[in-house]
Amino acid sequence: MEDAWIKFGQTVICGILLGGMYSLIAIGMTLIMGVMKIINLAHGALVMVGMYVTYICSTNYGIDPYIGMFIAMPVLFLLGCLIQKYMINRLVEVDSILPENQVLLTVGIMLVLTEGIRLFFKSDYRSVVTSYSSNTVFLGDMSISVPLVIGFIIAMTFTFLLHMFLTKTDLGKSIRATSQDRDAAVFMGVNSSKITMITFGLGAALAAAGGSLLLPLFYLFPDVGHLFTAKSFIITILGGLGSTWGAAIGGLVIGLSESLGATYISMGYKDVVGLVMFILVLLFLPGGIRSLVKR
Amino acid sequence: MLNKKNMLMTIVFALIALVLPLVINAPYQQHILILVLIWATIGTAWNLLSGYAGQVSFGHAAFFGVGAYSAGILTLHYSLSPWWGLILGPVMSMLIALPIGAIAFRLRGPYFALATLALGEIFRLVFLNMTEFTNGAKGILIMPSITSKIIYYYAGLGMLAVTLLVTYLIVHSKIGYYLVSIREDQDAATSLGIPTTLYKNLALLPSAFFTGLAGAFYMNYVAFIDPNIVFNLTNISIMVILVVMLGGVATTWGPTIGAALYIIMGELFRTTLGSANVLVFGVLVCLIIMFLPNGIAGELDIIKRIAQRKKAGLSGGV
Amino acid sequence: MSIFETRGITKRFGGLTAVNDLTFTVNKGEIFGIIGPNGSGKTTVFNMISRFFPITAGEIYFNDKRIDTLPAHEICKIGIGRTFQVVKPLRRMTVQENVMAGAFLRTGSISKARQKAEEIINFCNLENYKFRASKGLPIPLRKRLEIARALATEPQLLLLDETCAGLNPKESEAAIELIRRIRDTGITIIIIEHIMKVMMGISDRILAINFGKEIAMGKPQEVANHPEVIKAYLGEAYA
Repeated sequence: MEDAWIKFGQTVICGILLGGMYSLIAIGMTLIMGVMKIINLAHGALVMVGMYVTYICSTNYGIDPYIGMFIAMPVLFLLGCLIQKYMINRLVEVDSILPENQVLLTVGIMLVLTEGIRLFFKSDYRSVVTSYSSNTVFLGDMSISVPLVIGFIIAMTFTFLLHMFLTKTDLGKSIRATSQDRDAAVFMGVNSSKITMITFGLGAALAAAGGSLLLPLFYLFPDVGHLFTAKSFIITILGGLGSTWGAAIGGLVIGLSESLGATYISMGYKDVVGLVMFILVLLFLPGGIRSLVKR
Repeated sequence: MLNKKNMLMTIVFALIALVLPLVINAPYQQHILILVLIWATIGTAWNLLSGYAGQVSFGHAAFFGVGAYSAGILTLHYSLSPWWGLILGPVMSMLIALPIGAIAFRLRGPYFALATLALGEIFRLVFLNMTEFTNGAKGILIMPSITSKIIYYYAGLGMLAVTLLVTYLIVHSKIGYYLVSIREDQDAATSLGIPTTLYKNLALLPSAFFTGLAGAFYMNYVAFIDPNIVFNLTNISIMVILVVMLGGVATTWGPTIGAALYIIMGELFRTTLGSANVLVFGVLVCLIIMFLPNGIAGELDIIKRIAQRKKAGLSGGV
Repeated sequence: MSIFETRGITKRFGGLTAVNDLTFTVNKGEIFGIIGPNGSGKTTVFNMISRFFPITAGEIYFNDKRIDTLPAHEICKIGIGRTFQVVKPLRRMTVQENVMAGAFLRTGSISKARQKAEEIINFCNLENYKFRASKGLPIPLRKRLEIARALATEPQLLLLDETCAGLNPKESEAAIELIRRIRDTGITIIIIEHIMKVMMGISDRILAINFGKEIAMGKPQEVANHPEVIKAYLGEAYA
């Protein structure tokens, strides 16, 4: 009985810690969705690229992943800005039969990023080993892995800083205004193309941050991005689009259910449950969704 | 709509298609041609629902996979010829299309796309996990009764021809006008008395039917399937979108052109570029979406104009 | 003789009551105007009639048949056509194809639909633009196309939403002339407009609403001089 409770507590805590890092990635996606009203299927690929940047820093230059992320973030910020400005933004003027062409472009970008990385790093599974990777801390009788704890603390700090940025600074307020009503924001003098570019960059930087934090915990390979795209989607839809706090809470829910699922449910149908939940949320909880459909 | 130029093009295409395997008789090249036919069929079927009716499906692998597995399971469990799958496969695909439509058509635009994506993945996972019925990840291997590539080629050609014909007839009827109306503006379509959900289903069912047919044909031809091949999100569901975008969305010949380019380029890239072939394909996809958003057949005017401008520029220069 | 009737129709969006207990009757063959300032609930009334959303309370009758329980696409089938304030052309289709899309409601044959479209296009003076893609048309023509498309469904009752908004006086004149000609073919018309001048000229009777409620109803002259209407349009000081 005792042991069972310890196992349960450990599962819950690990799930929440993991979820905190997922949140960071999902917040990046929700920001982009909110401002641009597009679904970014390349988001996971951005996470993956961020992880590789941190990985290179660590293996080639001996930079600790938690320092390396501060290199990965600006790199991805720049990459995000470039993708938005020179690729996705172009489509505004393009008249296409399928309204989903922006989504399809992000698929193309995803392919390019994934395959570009594969060209350099092959499909090998890689991981970062640090001196503390296998260390654990004890909470009563429960043992929690150190990278989980550090990752969660940093992720929560970033979430808080982002919240301050969005509510207290002019740039942050402009992003929120554009997200709520682009036309009105433009009338109020917001430079929407600049805001959109910065938002995409910011989303990419958050993806890189989340990825770097997960690097000590996950194997790294070019296709790992798909996993993160799927997760951040479910989180964003769960949390209501464009809502930072929704995404943060959605991340915790997903981390928790994943952790509980892995411990208590057989592996096979686990993902099916997630997907069914996803569809149910789409159908019956269209909370933030409507705003996107209307555009 | 059915003008002389179109008729002529169709006849020329048909003649070329009929004599092609007699000219190209190396098995490898014939194999490539058969793959083109399979992809052209999937593309044409997808185009009806997504190109004409504007309901962009990210889950067509579900129909392809169910078609393929219908043929495979007939052989695996009932020791029937997999050729019966050519009848069962499309029917099963239509059957699963009914609940898929009932769920996904409640959503519009990007949310329809997301729902079909999730539904397609559910099918992959279910077929992966129902190991007793489907053999799971081990897949199904059959002994093909026919090995001659020529026969597969002509069977595949027949399949594509029927698909093209049926799609053409649908598109150039009242249904076709209604489908395009729904794509262009669903509210306006409703205000004109169009029952939009009914007509979306009228596009989905044939689309599922022919995708399932292609799947069953694939099982017969390739003789091996597993869920990660035939229900693959990237290599089937998303690839068919890219194939049609490449060739021309909402055009008769676009999907066929796209399929030919995709398969032939794929082979060329694979032999010349090695592992970078998918990367080059990805770059190409981005360029197409950015500069020829309606595909090669969809942007013929633009392509012509650019060509003419170049010509004019040249003669002016000389 | 009445062709159309609402009884106490009400629409609430959450806490906001957009249309409140409206009752009116439209006679066969008349042009019935609904006026009101921006945001007074005019378009909501149309959306309620054409079933774009369910009504909160009340009943709607057309030819003495209750219609507020029908699905949206049936409304057109039974003979009520509409246009949109923000025009919704089928953008990549030509003018002819747009009108054909409407004509298909009464026929399954392409040639018959094309023939019907031909008549309507000529009736609406759009013949010079028949093969133009509708997305490239200037606003006045798009508004005209919107009417043509609705006419092709052979309505008995036509709902026109702000047909003259955004038009210059000359274009507006032409639109009014078209509306009169449509009425002369025996089609009953309900028209929404917030420009009083337009409405005064063509309406047989006018219903004035504000905040979703009736403030006046009757002959154009009576409604125009009604103190509530003046107040709603010009503000408290003029009442």
